[in-house]
Amino acid sequence: MSGRRLDKGGRIDRSKPLTFRWDGKALQGYAGDTLASALMANGQRVLGRSFKYHRPRGIMSAGLEESGAIVTVGSSARAEPNVKATMQELFHGLEASGQNAWPNVRFDAGAVSGLFGRFFSAGFYYKTFMGLPPFEWGRGTGLWMKYEALIRKAAGMGAASREADPDCYDHAHAYCDVLVVGAGPAGLRAALTAAEAGRDVILAEQDFELGGDLLNDPFAEPKRLALIKAVEQAGVRVMPRTTVFGLYDNGTAGLVERVTDHLPEPGPFMPRQRFWTVRADATVLATGALERSVAFAGNDRPGVMTAAAGRAYLNRFGVLPGQRIVIATTNDSAYQTAGELAAAGAEVVLADARERSGNDVALGGRLQHGLAPLEAKGRSGIKSVQFARNTGSGWQAAGREDCDLLLVSGGWSPVVNLASHRGVKPEWNAELACFLAGECAEPVYMAGAAAGVWNAAACDASGEAAAKRAMGFEAMQPAPGGWTSPIEPLYEVRLPGSKAKGFVDPQHDVTGDDVRLAHQEGFVSVEHLKRYTTLGMATDQGKMGNIIGLALMAEALGKEIPAVGTTRFRPPYTPVAIGALAGRNVHGHFKALRRTPLHDWNLRHGATMTDAGLWHRPWYFAKNGETIAEAYVREAATVRETLGVCDVSSLGKIAVQGPDAAEFLNRVYTNGFAKLAVGKARYGIMLRDDGMVMDDGTTWRLAEDDFMMTTTTTGAGKVMVWLEELLQTRWPRLRVHLTSVSDQWAGVSVAGPKSREALSACLADPDAVSHEALPFMGVVRVKLKNGIQGLAARISFSGELAYELYVPADDGEAMMDLLWAETKHLGGCLYGLEALGTLRIEKGHVTGAELDGRVTIRDAGLGKMASAKKPYIGKALQDRPELLRKDRPQLAGIFPKDRSKTFNGGALLCQPEEGEGFGEGWVTAVTHSPALGHWIGLGYVAGGHEAWAGRTLMASDPVRGAPVEVEVVSPHMFDPEGGRMHG
Amino acid sequence: MIRISCPFCGPRDHAEFSYGGDGSIEYPALDAPVQDWHDAVFLRDNICGLQLETWQHVHGCRMWLKVERDTMTHEIRSVTPAHPGLASVLESQA
Amino acid sequence: MTRFSAWNVLWQGITGQKGWTRQWRDPEPKSHYDVIIVGGGLHGLATAYYLAKNHGLRNVAVLEKGWIGGGNAGRNTTIVRSNYARPGNRQFYAHSLKLWEELSHELNYNVMFSQRSHIALLHSPGAIDAAARNYNTLRRTGTPDAEIWGLEQLKQAVPHLNYAEGARFPVMGAAVQKRAGTARHDAVVWGYARAADQLGVDILQNCAVTGVERDGGRITALETTRGRITAGKVGFAVAGNTSRLWNMAGLGRLPIESHKLQAFVSEPLKPLLDQVVVFGMGGAHFYISQSDKGGMVFGGDLDWYKSYAQRGNLPIVQDVAEAAMSVMPCLGRVKLLRHWAGVVDMSMDGSHFICPTPLDNLYLNTGWNYGGFKATPAAGWWFADLIANERPAPMIADFDLKRFERGLQLDERGAGPDPKLHG
Repeated sequence: MSGRRLDKGGRIDRSKPLTFRWDGKALQGYAGDTLASALMANGQRVLGRSFKYHRPRGIMSAGLEESGAIVTVGSSARAEPNVKATMQELFHGLEASGQNAWPNVRFDAGAVSGLFGRFFSAGFYYKTFMGLPPFEWGRGTGLWMKYEALIRKAAGMGAASREADPDCYDHAHAYCDVLVVGAGPAGLRAALTAAEAGRDVILAEQDFELGGDLLNDPFAEPKRLALIKAVEQAGVRVMPRTTVFGLYDNGTAGLVERVTDHLPEPGPFMPRQRFWTVRADATVLATGALERSVAFAGNDRPGVMTAAAGRAYLNRFGVLPGQRIVIATTNDSAYQTAGELAAAGAEVVLADARERSGNDVALGGRLQHGLAPLEAKGRSGIKSVQFARNTGSGWQAAGREDCDLLLVSGGWSPVVNLASHRGVKPEWNAELACFLAGECAEPVYMAGAAAGVWNAAACDASGEAAAKRAMGFEAMQPAPGGWTSPIEPLYEVRLPGSKAKGFVDPQHDVTGDDVRLAHQEGFVSVEHLKRYTTLGMATDQGKMGNIIGLALMAEALGKEIPAVGTTRFRPPYTPVAIGALAGRNVHGHFKALRRTPLHDWNLRHGATMTDAGLWHRPWYFAKNGETIAEAYVREAATVRETLGVCDVSSLGKIAVQGPDAAEFLNRVYTNGFAKLAVGKARYGIMLRDDGMVMDDGTTWRLAEDDFMMTTTTTGAGKVMVWLEELLQTRWPRLRVHLTSVSDQWAGVSVAGPKSREALSACLADPDAVSHEALPFMGVVRVKLKNGIQGLAARISFSGELAYELYVPADDGEAMMDLLWAETKHLGGCLYGLEALGTLRIEKGHVTGAELDGRVTIRDAGLGKMASAKKPYIGKALQDRPELLRKDRPQLAGIFPKDRSKTFNGGALLCQPEEGEGFGEGWVTAVTHSPALGHWIGLGYVAGGHEAWAGRTLMASDPVRGAPVEVEVVSPHMFDPEGGRMHG
Repeated sequence: MIRISCPFCGPRDHAEFSYGGDGSIEYPALDAPVQDWHDAVFLRDNICGLQLETWQHVHGCRMWLKVERDTMTHEIRSVTPAHPGLASVLESQA
Repeated sequence: MTRFSAWNVLWQGITGQKGWTRQWRDPEPKSHYDVIIVGGGLHGLATAYYLAKNHGLRNVAVLEKGWIGGGNAGRNTTIVRSNYARPGNRQFYAHSLKLWEELSHELNYNVMFSQRSHIALLHSPGAIDAAARNYNTLRRTGTPDAEIWGLEQLKQAVPHLNYAEGARFPVMGAAVQKRAGTARHDAVVWGYARAADQLGVDILQNCAVTGVERDGGRITALETTRGRITAGKVGFAVAGNTSRLWNMAGLGRLPIESHKLQAFVSEPLKPLLDQVVVFGMGGAHFYISQSDKGGMVFGGDLDWYKSYAQRGNLPIVQDVAEAAMSVMPCLGRVKLLRHWAGVVDMSMDGSHFICPTPLDNLYLNTGWNYGGFKATPAAGWWFADLIANERPAPMIADFDLKRFERGLQLDERGAGPDPKLHG
């Protein structure tokens, strides 16, 4: 192929030259070019290397089915591998380079692998590389993994960037009555028909220009312009550069719009691409048809292309793709191409494999019947074609023609991929030698060439009919077909017994012999053929080769093509950037970040934050360069000695209101809530249906019919959903209303011997929190000195005299300013999650580390909270035999035997003499206890702590360090009588 | 995307909803025998075809819904509030 | 049957590949088999192989309604690991991994088991402790390759992950199983089929079961699309279709639900990631590895609603892409080539069943959740053992249908009796 740009003709704009770089070399093209057409115009032939044999490859098509010109566009962080040059719009400054080759695609050292091609038959790697050659001696996977490292290096196509993608991508949503896919003649007509009937229509076109095949026809421009104008006037939403990549349930389509991929300098904040989710009542697929090749020796040489591509380069891009052109065809479609190429000055030979055709298109070249290409000769570019003639009993060599371009039309395959996404089975049409989509159970309609309608006038009618059906009217689709004389399908040309490589799937280097070997070895179903030979698994997903592969398998089986079947096409239709699918929800925005109303206040006061589910919570408040360990020990000690204040706003809060609220809570919690007095709080545990602990927290009775439930931070969402489910589906008669009020309140825990003093100093009425006014587990409404109204409850997680104070979220900072002033004055501190952990571990209070979804209320040492007097959720199933076993792991406290030592959460508790096994329990959490003066932990141990009294266990932590001798104690390690919090 | 017509909010993407489970299960009384609870909690018909199931419009009105849906084609036959009282109110208004 | 070896690859290359024969026969169904395994997926084929190999049973058939390996065998993300910590699961998966290590040699078929390490990222001290508990259990129960890595060690081994300051969930370390990795799923199917066939097992493709004939508490015969076949014993290994077959046998309900799980593959790339990397944080779930062909193979959560459809929907595509970008921000310009879905039997505790059934001569293999692929060799081994010996070995004693009645839930995630939560 020695393409050259013509002086006139084509749709490119010769007044807008564009400079681009190919493998570092500056070249010129024009606005309206694709990278492929510009490269062709510059006489570039070898643009890629094949996957397995590293054979030189050039441009093979003018569309998304491209299997040869696959390149890398851009560099460093913006390098995009595996771009089809035929689909890349040219822009000024575009950089592209060859891939899968060293040092470059023109001289590729990897090509030596081609010499060993005879050994690299389909699936050969399943038969070797297991052990030491030649007989695969050895055991295990060690040798395979050495081979694998080499195979991985050789495989793959382009290289991905190692840097984060610097561009952004958008997500967008749209709704319409009719989605039309493809803006060729049928699609334009369908969109127009539906829009003129008042429907809201979206028309998506993957190309940067509308018109489909009209773009390749120099005489169709007036018609194209008129149609586009009408479509726009009718209010159709037209989306060029937009590929519908998948059809999903209930009329949903996934689209990707290339917003700036064609711009030299995208404007600031413009997304590179936009991923659209479109919900359409009906969909018209006017997706066209793709021309397929024929398998013959050298059919992958640079200079062998589809016939339609030859026409596209000539008429659309103003490039004469060759000077001496052979066109090999099996059908009428190539005749027009032949005439046009000849008229443009090329020497054309049209070889029609059929013995006769009724086509009367005026030809400038020679027409020969009965000849098919047997071999394309030439290494890095075609030099001649060897023909063959079908004698009836096989092929026989018959003449040779010198050429620099071979165009092949093996027939046309309607694009039925999107219909296949909806489960529509393609049906083989023997007359047209192609698969057509069957009827879809959903409102999805085929139109134009996608429905096998080849002729232009019928395409208009087809588009109109599809649009009518999409609107719910009856309409007759024109019959498929439209050629003057029928196609005589041809899938492979080879001499009997020949071993020459004729490619079925050029992108994956799958040959006709590979298909036959698959048959020989029993891989006869299409799914097995595909998997064993990798046919159709490359980036074009078999758009070029699938049908030839099926045909060869059918021939080997002595069956018809439908008997072999076809594979189901999977989305996406063309590959989609992962970045586009992810959109804006990346980096810091990957998941919502939840902040408490006191978040900024905490940061201003020195908090270091930690992740707690989706929340950021204060972890510790380091002073003067303290480490986390120093900080949390100081904070915990301060709480026990004087007082501390901690943001607990992230706890879930649910208003449970209504006449049956008490009864509802009584069913949900294991302990009784029916008789909880107004103005009192109670700690409660709720179980799942299966009897395992689900969540815990305190619930406050604010009025007879008004409760505020608190949940754990991470359990808040789950509990709300669960309570709603119970009320709406199981107990609809209960008159209860639930409202999530988590975000409405800012909450702090004020804990320590001086907590009452600090709190009372903040209140308009200091006596409101006296021991008499607010006894242990009491709840009162309070008014702060600065007028803020709130709720105070005397509850304690730390085991100290403690309160939780809640005020409206917006008043949170003002409340903290007031409270912090009093706290500082009394010598108190702010404390975070780490110190909170210390305080609760000392007391043996459980959190998520202990309540891991596998423990019963008894396991957690809270069996006394399971009421025997009333039923509740989880009661029935918590008494199954395995759950009643005495040797179940139960909550325990853990001390290091040598009090100066520490140990780790996640260590297993094991008998000292046992070197292996599951052990007797495990450690859930460890902290340094300032109150006890040494490291302590919580955990679970078989049978509970009493069973191990006076015995030594090992905290075994082989993944992190040496074992530590420990003793098991009551989980209530500090102030077990609870005198401090009642004081 | 499955599209669910919420009786309160209109047709919405299924991403706004969360799937509950088999909607035909009758949960036993809280004091019912262990075996009844076992069967309700652990055993499923697991229908291939039209099944009654529960969904919650969790990013919408938060109502629990009973949905008749084909588990093979994902076609939805009907959507009603799971709460029988609400269902009958809607029915009487229809 | 030509043995697979470098020698024969060379010799056949020279002599025109003529010596390769069918990898398994295409026999006509006999009227009777001593054992019929329903389901020509990985577990069914492996079971048939071990029935023949370990127990000397040769009159065995595998019935496949389509083509072998067409279900979940060919739809998974090919991860093999044994980092399960519940007693029962632990020993079972440890045994499976041992069988995996020798599988290519055992079957004389390169299943490409690449022990490239399975790396679960950890993001908080609490997560590190929880992982340490499980990996300590692994260490102490015969899996010395379990490790907890700090950040520096992780950066050295896996350089292209998201270590940025602004990451939503900064990485603190990782739980690593070094002997874990990936395998070529189709090769495992074909390897078991070829090896079982060589031992005389009949693999009957396009043979769908249409009815189950019972005589009281026994199955007497199966009606199939290729005729009626009588059976001594029957084993069901039909992930995704278990409940349908169970109903056909006239049995009641099962503790499973069918859900669909999507999988994704990118265009082929030059080597980018040498291990299996797993991410789970903030309600997201994601796993990724690179196939030998170069495609990035990845997946995430279930689609969240029950389904028998082998196709996914966009919300999970989006979720998975977001997680992909969060774990490996360099994937933005890498293109998704294909996504599809498989139907998995999700169970009530996330663990499986290999067990006798209410019928005397029917045995059941189901409930594999996310674990079916990695379990293949052991599942086949122990299902064969159960069928041959007609009683569960201690290894599988807890994988019975009655375990929930006893109060035993092998719940690795602590998610409770909701099938969709066990991903």
